[in-house]
Amino acid sequence: MTRDANTQAVSCTGLAYSFGETNAVDGLDLSVAEGEVFGLLGPNGAGKTTAIRCITTLLPVPAGMVRVFGHDTARDRMAVRRLLGYVPQQLSADAGLTGRENVALFARVFDVSRRERDERVAQALTAVDLTDAADRLAKTYSGGMIRRLELAQALVSAPRLLILDEPTIGLDPIARTGVWEHINAVRAATGMTVLVTTHYMDEADQYCDRVGLMHRGRIRALGTPAELREGLGERRRAAGAAAGGPLPTLEDVFREVAGSGLDDKSGDFRDVRSTRRTANRVG
Amino acid sequence: MSEAPVAPPTASADPAAGIALLLRPPEPRAGWRLLPARVVAMCAVELQKLRHDRTELYTRAVQPALWLLIFGQTFTRIRAIPTGGIPYIDYMAPGIIAQSAMFIAIFYGIQIIWERDAGILNKLLVTPTPRSALITGKAFAAGIKSLVQAIVVVVIAALLGVALTWNPLKLLGVAAVVVLGSAFFSCLSMTIAGIVLSRDRLMGFGQAITMPLFFGSNALYPVSVMPGWLQAVSKANPLSYEVDALRGLLLGTHAHVALDFGVLAVAAALGITAASSLLGRLAR
Ligand SMILES: Nc1ncnc2c1ncn2[C@@H]1O[C@H](COP(=O)(O)OP(=O)(O)O)[C@@H](O)[C@H]1O
Ligand SMILES: [Mg+2]
Repeated sequence: MTRDANTQAVSCTGLAYSFGETNAVDGLDLSVAEGEVFGLLGPNGAGKTTAIRCITTLLPVPAGMVRVFGHDTARDRMAVRRLLGYVPQQLSADAGLTGRENVALFARVFDVSRRERDERVAQALTAVDLTDAADRLAKTYSGGMIRRLELAQALVSAPRLLILDEPTIGLDPIARTGVWEHINAVRAATGMTVLVTTHYMDEADQYCDRVGLMHRGRIRALGTPAELREGLGERRRAAGAAAGGPLPTLEDVFREVAGSGLDDKSGDFRDVRSTRRTANRVG
Repeated sequence: MSEAPVAPPTASADPAAGIALLLRPPEPRAGWRLLPARVVAMCAVELQKLRHDRTELYTRAVQPALWLLIFGQTFTRIRAIPTGGIPYIDYMAPGIIAQSAMFIAIFYGIQIIWERDAGILNKLLVTPTPRSALITGKAFAAGIKSLVQAIVVVVIAALLGVALTWNPLKLLGVAAVVVLGSAFFSCLSMTIAGIVLSRDRLMGFGQAITMPLFFGSNALYPVSVMPGWLQAVSKANPLSYEVDALRGLLLGTHAHVALDFGVLAVAAALGITAASSLLGRLAR
């Protein structure tokens, strides 16, 4: 994988966004290098989705705060959108269309020529192993299949940056692994940059090159999962912990940076609501 | 569980050959060609949905059929309404066609809110589609959906013996009028959606405005028999222009077809502007 430190896929400088009194994102500094899988971690309500929505041009931010491959999201919206593949937090396939039609819509709105459309759609479906189910209505799909379908929708335009918001939320462990394997395979084949949010620390540890721990609208710790774990281990040893104790996990790192107040923030009710809505819709 | 078998990682390890196209971004369409392409994309989706599920098409045909069958046949016999010499059922048929198209369009905003809740709208807004192009696409998609409904009602009317034109040019004009009218009403609906932001409230609004729009138009009776205030309402009501054009084209009665087209086109353009400017509120 080429890693040119000068090309930033995403860079946010002092990104802030509030909903009325709530400072959902509160001075976020973030840079994602081209070609890496970057994980934005944090509990529900940390501001991950809001940050993602600013980066994807869905929420208006002042010029100078967010750049995607050098394009300012405030000034150069269309250019930014052409570089993005976006999978939102909810399961967002259209239940009344087949898998193939869902993907074809995104081929159309990204200006794929008619000559190429069928083949490109077929390739996107192949990449996520949905060829056999392609002509069934999406409402007959399982949660894991919908996620893979959304991945195909995002891939059909050959994005340079794939943004996934909680891609495995609400999925069973096997489906979760399936989604991650497809993300990894696609990334290996295309070299695209991946920005993913999750509140499953174990997934981030396993699949992300670098992670940022987000809490209350800001990044509180940044590095490779190994760096963060080892850093905490060293601090613990310096504080006099026994050398042979259990190795810290990313979750421990998170508890350290977030301090208290983690528990009352988790289980955010908006998440529950949207998950339930999705469950109703998907059946 | 219903999960399809997960591919062994090795199966995807050498996928470069199978996904060659996914390595190359598509060529962006140039300026003016973008809008028609988005309109086609949205209309295609609407037609695909109709193909998969036609229940709504049939259930929504019941009401206009009853209007024509009961109201139309009864009033044809009573001859209470001056129709300029044609049977009343003929006179009201274009009104009922316009009404059934309007009902589809007026509730189209509910679909937008549903798509917002489902994340579909957000995803479309992250594609190279300006808001106005998205709304225009949706407006014409609503127009196509209404048109399919209108065709069903036209067939019912023909079966009930209404003397409609079969001149293909005039029928093309009918199609254009229905699409333009529904584009306006769907934009009205999407504008209200952008203000009230919730399905239930939009449902209430939709129900509150459809009857006044219908009875405050020339769909069931000529403007000349209305009291003065209702005549004023009817003059400001795009549905009246839609009905007038449909009557002129389908029955060959005296109508101001050019004026009707003009009013509907301007109304649709204003509707698209209003709905586009409020779309951001829905996306938030
Ligand atoms: N549309 C909204 N309106 C009002 N408040 C919101 C909205 N979206 C998010 N918030 C609030 O902003 C904060 C961050 O939310 P979010 O970005 O969804 O966090 P995360 O994705 O990390 O769970 C939360 O306190 C949430 O309640
Ligand atoms: Mg979130």
